Amino acid sequence: MTTAKFEPGERVRVRAVRQPGHVRTPNYVRGQTGRIERFLGAFKNPESLAYGGSGLPEKPLYKVGFRQTDLWDGYAGRTQDTLYVDLYEHWLEPARKEAR
Amino acid sequence: MSGTHHDLEEHGHNGVKPSAEAWRYAARIRAIEALLVEKGVLTKEDVRRQIEYMESRSPASGARLVARAWVDPGFKALLLSDTKAAALELGIDASGPVEFVTVENTPEVHNLIVCTLCSCYPRAILGRPPDWYKSFGYRSRAVSEPRAVMREFGLEISKDTKVAVHDSSADVRYLVLPMRPPGTEGIDEEQLADLVTRDCLIGMSVPRFEDVRASVPSPPIWS
Repeated sequence: MTTAKFEPGERVRVRAVRQPGHVRTPNYVRGQTGRIERFLGAFKNPESLAYGGSGLPEKPLYKVGFRQTDLWDGYAGRTQDTLYVDLYEHWLEPARKEAR
Repeated sequence: MSGTHHDLEEHGHNGVKPSAEAWRYAARIRAIEALLVEKGVLTKEDVRRQIEYMESRSPASGARLVARAWVDPGFKALLLSDTKAAALELGIDASGPVEFVTVENTPEVHNLIVCTLCSCYPRAILGRPPDWYKSFGYRSRAVSEPRAVMREFGLEISKDTKVAVHDSSADVRYLVLPMRPPGTEGIDEEQLADLVTRDCLIGMSVPRFEDVRASVPSPPIWS
């Protein structure tokens, strides 16, 4: 059983790196800060699976919520509108406290 | 169920022609398939079985899950906590490596499903996604301006309701449990299921009781 490093409610920042290959972290959330909604389980790593690798060790996967108004300039909607993206743990780092 | 484009072609409208681009992709897929078979990675039989599997899935299965959840609180709890187990209870086999999560619409939250990276969709339950779901237009705009996109489909979400967009970027497929429309207290489970269209199951529409017999406007087509 893979243990989850982050707890629901915890603020995390998505690593802002450019990485070639089969990466399941959408560009639009890289470098953005969100909140862990829930742990989804551990899954084989798609970055290895896509190239014939074993995908092991499995990577913890989280549902991470982002405020839409944080993601898009001039977002036309309500401030509570949320975008949820499923992200693997190795793409996440703890957000600094002052980053709201 | 195969999408608007095909219907147009079959009915002989002159404006729609198969594009050279589409033929190129079809030829490429056939070449890849032939190579995979030649190298023994898969067989023609595997391909046929997979096509049959996909064609045996249908939005009607999703509608049955929703209707049961509306009439049975215990089943609803199971659907929200373990979608695969709930599906199995109705004889719907969603087994496989991907997980399923059902998100519930409430007066406070409206859920919309997208896959910005490709076209991940709850296929093991609903079958193939509609063409618009796979278009670049939908995939980019559903995340950045979901309310405008839903409005174009005829769905206006109240300002008091939070819009939650789920980008199925990894190993989880999302399904929406819509709200039971008012005025449906007297109708049975099967009739309830008839109210739940494919688009309701991914949040692009909501079940409407009074609209059942009315014609449904065509969705916009993005190229």
